[in-house]
Amino acid sequence: MKSSKNKRTNRNTLLVYLILVLGSLLMLFPFLWTITTSLKSITESMRIPPTLLPEAMRFANYTEAMIRVDFGTLYYNTAVMVGARTLAAIMFSTMAAYAFARIDFPLKNFFFAMVLIQMMVPGQIFLIPQFLLMARLDWLDTVKALVAPGIVSAFGTFLMRQFFLSLPKDLEEAARIDGCNQWQTYWHVMMPLARSGMVALGIFTALFAWKDLMWPLIVNTSADKMTLSTGLANLKGTFTTNYPVLMAGSLIAMWPMILLFILFQRQFIEGIASTGSKN
Amino acid sequence: MKLQKMKKRRWGDLGWAYLMIAPTILGLLVLNIYPVISTIYLSFTKTGDFGASSFTGIGNYTKMFKDPEVLQATWNTFRYTIGVVPVGVLLALFFAVLLNANIKGKTLFRTIYFLPVVSTPVAVAMVWRWLYNTEFGLLNYLLSLFGAGPVGWLTTSRYAMFSLIVVGIWSTLGYNMVLLLAGLQEIPKTFYEAADIDGASPIRKFFFITLPLVSPTLFFVLVLTFISSLQMFDFIYMMVDRGNVAMGSVQTLVFLFYKYAFQIYDRGYASAIVVFLLAIILAITALQMHLQKKWVHYD
Repeated sequence: MKSSKNKRTNRNTLLVYLILVLGSLLMLFPFLWTITTSLKSITESMRIPPTLLPEAMRFANYTEAMIRVDFGTLYYNTAVMVGARTLAAIMFSTMAAYAFARIDFPLKNFFFAMVLIQMMVPGQIFLIPQFLLMARLDWLDTVKALVAPGIVSAFGTFLMRQFFLSLPKDLEEAARIDGCNQWQTYWHVMMPLARSGMVALGIFTALFAWKDLMWPLIVNTSADKMTLSTGLANLKGTFTTNYPVLMAGSLIAMWPMILLFILFQRQFIEGIASTGSKN
Repeated sequence: MKLQKMKKRRWGDLGWAYLMIAPTILGLLVLNIYPVISTIYLSFTKTGDFGASSFTGIGNYTKMFKDPEVLQATWNTFRYTIGVVPVGVLLALFFAVLLNANIKGKTLFRTIYFLPVVSTPVAVAMVWRWLYNTEFGLLNYLLSLFGAGPVGWLTTSRYAMFSLIVVGIWSTLGYNMVLLLAGLQEIPKTFYEAADIDGASPIRKFFFITLPLVSPTLFFVLVLTFISSLQMFDFIYMMVDRGNVAMGSVQTLVFLFYKYAFQIYDRGYASAIVVFLLAIILAITALQMHLQKKWVHYD
């Protein structure tokens, strides 16, 4: 009786692994296909039946992609966009969140409603006026324009407020009694406690800035002011059917975030997970 | 004396509070609140030549609700959402439940499923384009082994939307799975132990313990996936070229908004389209908030 039950659980576990492995293959396959295609010649890439592995490693596709697109500049533009947005979001959101969570002040609910409104409406609704603003400031086609709309984060303010509300008040009360003002309490007491919240917010902000396509597409049209996303989209225009070069370009554009993810995967996953459970 | 000191401190607190929210509130005013009002205003104007605009009242809206392109785009937006949300969320829940079991290599699986989330959508779209390619794509080759195809995955109105939905599900599965997995891990183990003593089957445990207790997270994931699916743009932009006959059958409201705002420069009409999308999203979210009372269990 007992052994038959064991057999059944064993069979179930085996089935679970089988499904998980099958799912993993489906998730991974497009990446593997990107890698193998990026090393094939055009003729080999169009052969039928397709070859699973390239006959000869053709690294020339990578040089060709790099000649056509100045990836160094794109890395730089993207890093500035992602980095500046992330830092600004962390800095300004924690400040505002602290005030919303811990200080009573007139019109607090009114100001917080502004934060909520930003979170509830679809982002495209801001785009035309934001674009016109960039045009008026003469910022179109500059790296500044890439950063601008991400300078404040309503989501970050909301998330960090929830985070601060979940922290016990004893430490700050002690600090207040010792004569710290609100800024000192925020900076010396709350910020060190909020580290995990800030990591989560930073990862979330960086990931979505990294994936942003429409904004860089509309503000920056010169090749040297593009991001990796728009530069790659541009490469598609030049090499419509040369998939080996396009795949090489895709990998050149993709690897930094994938590497960061693999190095800090625990922080990534826990960070993203915490943005869900706090709401 | 003491009272005076407290009063002073109270004023100091207020000063700090306004200083600390100032960057965020100023930013929101300039970058978000003013733009919402401005877009709504623009939606009542007609964009003439050279970008000049004149007030037309509800002209854009009456035109929009008679415009077959907008109606089709609305239908496409819904079709995409209906395709991605149920299947995508159920699959994510399915894999999250499997990973929540006591298995080895959990971290590795989680990493693999999350990989598309950290990948650039443009790059992801590129390889799917290649897999879907009618003449040389791998998918049609596999079909040909069974004597079927070739299918115009991205080039025929019949399949293009389906193909985009598949990519949509594939690219968001890991994100939803991670959120759900976190929700599952918050369920106390004692509930399952008690059920084991009662001899409950895994299916019963799922429906009577897992599902109700994970329902708040599930609700959050549903709302999030709904909202993001209703705003689909990237994959259409990357996978369906201009002049592709399938474009009409896949272009969404956001894509149409992009086209009118930044390619045709009819800002008034584009604004009306995006305000319409706002109304749809708010209506659906409100409906979900209402329906959640029926199935979401909070402690």
